[in-house]
Amino acid sequence: MTPLAGIGLKDAHALPLLQGAAAVDFIEVHAENCLVAGGPRLRRLELLRERLPLSIHGVGLSIGGAAALDEAHLAALHGLVRRFEPRWFSEHLAWSRHGGIWLNDLLPLPYDAQTLARVCEHIDRVQTRLARRMLLENPSSYVEFSASTFDEGGFLAEVVRRTGCGLLLDVNNAYVSGVNHGRDPWALIEALPVLAIDEIHLAGFAEDRDAAGDRLLIDHHGSPVDAAVWRLYERTLQALGPRPTLIERDHDVPGLPVLAAEAAQARAMLRAALPLREAA
Amino acid sequence: MTADMPADMQAGFAAALLDPDRPVPPGLRAWNGSDPARRFGVYRNNVIVSLVGALADTFPVVRQLVGSEFFDAMAGVYVRAHPPASAVLAHYGDGFADWLAGFAPARGLPCLPDMARLERARVAAYHAADAEPVTPASIAAHLARPALLPAARLRLHPSCRVLRSNFAVHALWAAHQRDDAFGGDGPAIDIDTACAMLVLRDAADEVLVVGIDAGAAGFIGALLEGRRLGDALQQAPGVDLAGTLALLLRHGAVVAWHADGADA
Repeated sequence: MTPLAGIGLKDAHALPLLQGAAAVDFIEVHAENCLVAGGPRLRRLELLRERLPLSIHGVGLSIGGAAALDEAHLAALHGLVRRFEPRWFSEHLAWSRHGGIWLNDLLPLPYDAQTLARVCEHIDRVQTRLARRMLLENPSSYVEFSASTFDEGGFLAEVVRRTGCGLLLDVNNAYVSGVNHGRDPWALIEALPVLAIDEIHLAGFAEDRDAAGDRLLIDHHGSPVDAAVWRLYERTLQALGPRPTLIERDHDVPGLPVLAAEAAQARAMLRAALPLREAA
Repeated sequence: MTADMPADMQAGFAAALLDPDRPVPPGLRAWNGSDPARRFGVYRNNVIVSLVGALADTFPVVRQLVGSEFFDAMAGVYVRAHPPASAVLAHYGDGFADWLAGFAPARGLPCLPDMARLERARVAAYHAADAEPVTPASIAAHLARPALLPAARLRLHPSCRVLRSNFAVHALWAAHQRDDAFGGDGPAIDIDTACAMLVLRDAADEVLVVGIDAGAAGFIGALLEGRRLGDALQQAPGVDLAGTLALLLRHGAVVAWHADGADA
């Protein structure tokens, strides 16, 4: 198995990547950025798709939404997935839409039996419509719900058991949520079914304080991966073995070489996590 | 717990996200017992800041004209009044220009709505569908049969848009594109000069803003409405037909030419 270290692709990186300015092992695009009629973004993605494995990462399905899934959006995603045939398609354990309004943030859910049933129903529908297995990403969150009866790891494990979906483990989100809710981030990772984890995300957070003066971390994707997240990633790899790992940056996006260097750091850790026989 | 619980929870949550005067929704908790309002504020901030950011990406010159602080406050008002309906934010801000026209604090800059229309048209052109221009050989064949020209229908590239303004928004927009390296002041702009523009994406994927005269604007606008060449000419008296056609062909803007006037 070749360890894969990739980057989230922004418009500014497409040409430098095509011109060979840096080496990355795969790319990930936000599905909603590609749901346009035409133009250079899709054309460049088609060229990159011929050279690199592609992950399509949805932010628009509102899997945790109380209402039924937006079938028109799902149909558009189906078209996108058919056109680009990504190796992975992922979405979030969150909701973002209500009453016809798109709120453009990944909003939190109570982890109870009702949410579990709804999320599983929606994932079933996505997997049926797209005719493929999807990966579900653990969120970063800032509040919890009194109504929750599951911890996040137990909730995700049950979703996997019921729907057969895979997981996208965002190690930064695990760390951010762990700190924000006074828990050991490792407890979440440890609770996940190891074999379901098909991709890992790494990103940067910003630091704030809550009303009690305790640390409140903001998942802002606007800075390099934090040292604490790299340590949690290393521990994760020791438990899981290597998994395709993506560097995410959505704000203050630096040039391709900077992102490629972060991906190279992940690649080195992935190689170190290979069984000796394969690493040789 | 009722069957409507999730919908109610999310309705209350969504309303409080967009309205800072609403109380934080019930049922939230923090591990340390701290007031969840501060934490809920992170979501409020994410929603507004990210959508204001999407508008700032689409309307950079409008933002420069009013200043970033004014723009962000103004865009925040728009976001709360007109949040997006779709997760595809490339389409967000279609109504921004019309809304700006009625936004009293910006009335001191009456060119602002038209500048927003121009910037929105540029983004739309960038993401418009692809289409191959008609070949020079095919154009030559059509031009060789002048009797058929009046009935012909031309289909223009999906990125093409015609804009007209009572203000010199094209010159003003162009002045804001100038690289600092060229420095200094450009020619003085009389803002009360009307202008017309053709916005399109060319074969090199550049989105162009081409200044055109009123005749060309009327003619191209008629073609975009699907009029036959003869009808388009009548709608645009005084148009420089040869020059306007040459402009369209030079930029690869004609993607179909139906001599018999069938629907293009």
